[in-house]
Amino acid sequence: MHDTSAHAAAHHGPPTSFIRKHIFSLDHKVIGKQYYGLGLAAVIIGMVLSWIMRIHLGWTNYAIPGLHLLSKTGAPGDVITPEYYLQVMTMHATFMVFFVLTVAPFAAFGNFFIPIHTGAEDMPFPHFNMMSFWTTFVAFCVMLLSFFVGDGPTLGGWTQYAPLSALGPVAGPGQGSGVVIWATSIAIFCVGQLFGALNFIPNILDLRCKGMSMWRLPLPTWAWFITSCMGLTSFSVLMPAVILLILDHVAGTSFFVPSNLVLNDQLQPHSGGSTLLWQHLFWFFGHPEVYIAIVPGMGIISHVLITNMRKPMLSHRILVYSMGALAVLSYMVYGHHMFVSGMNPVSSIAFSFPTLLITIPSTIIVLIWIGSLYGAKIRINAASLFALGFISLFITGGVSGFFLAQPSIQILLHATYFVVAHFHFTMAIAAIFGIFSGTYFWFPKMWGRMMNDTLGKVHFWLSFIGVYAIFMPMHYLGLAGNVRRYQAFVVDYMQPLVGVHQFITIAALFTGAVQFIFIYNFIHSRFWGEPAPDNPWQGTSLEWSIPSPPPHDNFGGRHVVVYHDPYQYGVQSSTGDYVMQDSPEQVKTINEEP
Amino acid sequence: MAKLFAVTILVIAIVSAIPIVRNTWHPMEDISTHGQAIDDQLSDTMWEAGISFLASQILLAWFIWRFSGDRPGEKTKTFPGGAKGLVAAAIVLVGVEVFALGIFGVKAWAAIYFTPPGADALPVQVQAGQFAFYFRYPGPDGTFGPIHPEQISEANANFYGLDTTHDQDSKDDIVTAEMAIPVNREIRLLMHAKDVSHSFYVPALRIHQDFVPGLDLQLHFTATKVGKYEIVCSQLCGLGHYNMKAYLDVMSQADYDNWIKQQAALQ
Repeated sequence: MHDTSAHAAAHHGPPTSFIRKHIFSLDHKVIGKQYYGLGLAAVIIGMVLSWIMRIHLGWTNYAIPGLHLLSKTGAPGDVITPEYYLQVMTMHATFMVFFVLTVAPFAAFGNFFIPIHTGAEDMPFPHFNMMSFWTTFVAFCVMLLSFFVGDGPTLGGWTQYAPLSALGPVAGPGQGSGVVIWATSIAIFCVGQLFGALNFIPNILDLRCKGMSMWRLPLPTWAWFITSCMGLTSFSVLMPAVILLILDHVAGTSFFVPSNLVLNDQLQPHSGGSTLLWQHLFWFFGHPEVYIAIVPGMGIISHVLITNMRKPMLSHRILVYSMGALAVLSYMVYGHHMFVSGMNPVSSIAFSFPTLLITIPSTIIVLIWIGSLYGAKIRINAASLFALGFISLFITGGVSGFFLAQPSIQILLHATYFVVAHFHFTMAIAAIFGIFSGTYFWFPKMWGRMMNDTLGKVHFWLSFIGVYAIFMPMHYLGLAGNVRRYQAFVVDYMQPLVGVHQFITIAALFTGAVQFIFIYNFIHSRFWGEPAPDNPWQGTSLEWSIPSPPPHDNFGGRHVVVYHDPYQYGVQSSTGDYVMQDSPEQVKTINEEP
Repeated sequence: MAKLFAVTILVIAIVSAIPIVRNTWHPMEDISTHGQAIDDQLSDTMWEAGISFLASQILLAWFIWRFSGDRPGEKTKTFPGGAKGLVAAAIVLVGVEVFALGIFGVKAWAAIYFTPPGADALPVQVQAGQFAFYFRYPGPDGTFGPIHPEQISEANANFYGLDTTHDQDSKDDIVTAEMAIPVNREIRLLMHAKDVSHSFYVPALRIHQDFVPGLDLQLHFTATKVGKYEIVCSQLCGLGHYNMKAYLDVMSQADYDNWIKQQAALQ
């Protein structure tokens, strides 16, 4: 457990130059903050793109002042064209899924807190860790580039179904250079995430301090461990898939394009590829990716809730086992994205049952959260409100999964707004609530200053009501058969639904505007917030036993020894109702297992 | 503030459920022979999901209401029965619920995909291409002529690449931009993609199937009500995706016979 040689591997002296300290830093804490900053930049881009989409869906010919500056051809007279709508939509999803939902809850918080939670000085491979961030940053820049090269970004959606994505410029605007840039960026992104996972896993397995058994790890670190394992096995499938896609563009191969396709009256010079091959490879990554986005949030909000409930969860281990079950099952359920794809209909049934089965660990997790609230003394603050909001959103997103797990019901609901509602509630909005909860909770530790809790609460209230107003009506649209990825609703039976879209647009603009309260609070608190004490929330895990912000080597050269399970709340100790993990004080502790 | 939050969750849950209970937005009327099983499945799932949704949100709201704030002198308590009771509840209740749904759902799915079409089903071919559907009827000989992809030409309105000079079977093939079918007659639909993936989504018919380039698929269905319905593409296929649609005209047998004659004359 306590391995001094492994500690030595992670040791490096404090940097002296500005560049080594703030830019090419080896310090996991700086890298974590860099990832956070990248996530913040990406979420602003993603949100602005969603505004453009929503305005267009509500009022198709509305001119958005200045939009022509983004693309002269895509938005002539500030009104976006059908193809530019799809390009904006693709970029919204790409930035959000990869550069926000993967980066912020996993890479940003994980980097900052895994070594601290395990009692280590740093990650085992700090150079790889630095490369992980900078590789991801390059991927981000490459993706941005696609707005300004050729005929703009790809319009194929973040799923990039072949052969639309593999045929080149003949398939439409953005399908030439746009796809190549997209795929290149994603391939680079995969490398960055693999570097990250290859640090997280050995850190958790090998760099734990004395006394820190696996079961004494706090729940977010368990969540990051499970997520790292998923990342390792899913990004390593996506990477070759996008490389094959690039080859179909630049090397004349036909991995994903069959013969005899005709576009613009021209027979395409491809043969032998498979359309469904891409979908299998993509979703083998794509479904675990959903859990890569949400599982860290589950760990984070559990951690926040426990501290604010002043009692441990009903069962630490069952939560960990359930998150592990989600991870394992996530590879067996991916086919539910393909029920009507033309895949063998027997396969649809084979994929349906694990998809239904995955509701069991999800339900267990939710019931443990709710059951743990029983008899608690919940402190209401911005962090705990976002954590409780996460539970409500996850329930809402979860129950719509009952429908989409069934092939027969997908005949009605596949590719409709019902699906948009489902995945936004779970992997998008719930995950973002997890990020907010983690931010309000850990900001004092990461930046050494307190955030304004009143502004945080206002941010929560308006966001919570706002996201329900945006995404709940999308279920109704889906039931009425409203197909997604349409830039306008010219189909007869969809035209009466435009009013609902206008309502959603207003809600989205409002909820988006509310996020500026957070950004203001973040920036203001970063520079002018009250200095944070070491342990502002009376927490028990190791991050709270070191200064805010932590010194370069985290523990100031101290060899940490852990004596307790992570969440010893509701006890009687010299500090109050809790005892810290590294406190040698002998108290009557709570067995965290029933 | 905790109490206000609990009430907010409750209000959101109830307001969200109202349009479902009132059936404000719903799938359009089913006109297929197989669709009732899907609708029943949707309805059962709605009940189970709705109850799970409301029960969980109410429980969450109740506990937030009841157990917030520091209550001096009161110790924290544990949920009666602990985690094991909840895990058992999750496995038994949700497990039974989802497996029941799954097993009944298989029947609805099997009715469409695991039964062969009848021998006298009317064959109709549909070809999807950016951004239109074209339909083909085999004509009096009952046989579709071969597709020659290199001869496909929108400019010459040869949407299927038919060589009527050399291929005997193609000579009487009828190609249309609208799909007409006789009511209460089983249709065998042959699906062909010209360029990229598309989808054949007819909500009224409870039919939804992607076109797979390089792989021709078949479906069969029977429409039970005369009327005009919409076929839309639901698989992102390029810039005109939103505008890729066609009409399905379900007619009496007599009207259909007339229609097909008129179409044959137009070829």
